Amino acid sequence: MSALTVLASSGDEFGAPTPEELFQLPPIIPGVDWFTKPVLLALLSSVLVIAFCWAAFANPKIVPRGVQNVVEYGYMFVRDQVARPFLGKDADRWMGLLVSIFFTVLVWNLMGVIPILQFPVASHIAFPAVLAIMVYVIKVYLGMKHQGAVGYFKNMMFPPGLPKPIYVLLAPIEFLSNLIIAPFTHAVRLFANMFAGHMLLAFFSMVGFWFLFEKLTPLGAPVGVVGVVMTIILTGFEMFIQFLQAFLFAMLAAMYIGGSLHAEH
Amino acid sequence: MTLAATLLAAEGGANPLIPHDYELIVGIFAFAVVFLVVGRMLVPRIQKTLAERTDAIEGGIKRAEDAQAEAQALQQQYRDQLAEARQEAARLREEAREQAAQIKAELREEAQAEARRLIEAAHAQIEADRQQAFSQLRAEIGRLSTDLAGRIVGESLEDEARQRRTVDRFLDELESSSAQAVR
Repeated sequence: MSALTVLASSGDEFGAPTPEELFQLPPIIPGVDWFTKPVLLALLSSVLVIAFCWAAFANPKIVPRGVQNVVEYGYMFVRDQVARPFLGKDADRWMGLLVSIFFTVLVWNLMGVIPILQFPVASHIAFPAVLAIMVYVIKVYLGMKHQGAVGYFKNMMFPPGLPKPIYVLLAPIEFLSNLIIAPFTHAVRLFANMFAGHMLLAFFSMVGFWFLFEKLTPLGAPVGVVGVVMTIILTGFEMFIQFLQAFLFAMLAAMYIGGSLHAEH
Repeated sequence: MTLAATLLAAEGGANPLIPHDYELIVGIFAFAVVFLVVGRMLVPRIQKTLAERTDAIEGGIKRAEDAQAEAQALQQQYRDQLAEARQEAARLREEAREQAAQIKAELREEAQAEARRLIEAAHAQIEADRQQAFSQLRAEIGRLSTDLAGRIVGESLEDEARQRRTVDRFLDELESSSAQAVR
């Protein structure tokens, strides 16, 4: 959809899509400024996650059938790969949050390769930021609750067992990395991956569209074929990245929470 | 974070690192709904089901063990009963054999008694017959004696010697026949 608008405005010359063209989308209903494609997809993602989980877990059976099998597989994945390694015996208490984060981010990301929709929600920083800030607040709150306000900062900035002069260097670095940079990278890692992935897919699909449909020439056709092939390959690759980033985002959340529950050594 | 955002925002108007306000609000709303429904309502349910499943599997294993133990006990019981039944059968056979032997002995005894009785009856019959014969013989002897006497008296006593011989012969005859009858 976005490729068409780009093509219309670029005249005779092939022009690579710019971030502005790809990511600054007009309101779906003219006049309602807030209701853009990413907003629609974010809401749709929530509906999808809830619908799937409801179908699977509203009336869970001891012997799973159909949808329950699939969603349960996702649940098991989060429990065994995300929650348990970082939270240990507290894993079950945080499964609700971690499952919500993982499924939401996964669906947000997968929106990038679903035909027609084709826009990763997380490529707009606001969405990953909301989750990252929430995890950050939980992390600091739990840290102060379980280790004490002073103890939390002391454990973070002055880990025991190091020579005294090191702390001069270590304390500010630890403070910066834990309290300033961590939430930022948490959100930006997801955002940037989705942003770049979407640009890549858009670029190659536009190459294919331009050289095979818009301006079909003997010389340009092979380039168009390359564009189409690359689009297909990169879509597969992108699906892997989308899953990986969702997994990583949930994993980091579990790691931050686990780190606050139990002081690191 | 805001610091970084402002720094990057200085570069140009459309900075992808600056979140839109409405997207933040929608993001919060979208996740809150998911968390409330999925995280708060549905995850506890599946956790409960998973715990129940674990229980069911462990319970199943326990039940299987119980069933096996029961089966073994039952088998042992059957084996005991079978051995008992065999013993009982052997005992019954032994008893039957004894009874048969006893019955046989009794029958033999009875048969022997019967035989004895028959023999005795036969003896008695013979004795009676003999007595009867003897008494008849006696009468016969009397008659013959009278006959002889008549004949002797009737015949002229021609010869004394002859007479004597006749009497002697008669007496001898009589003696021998009487001895035969008595025997």
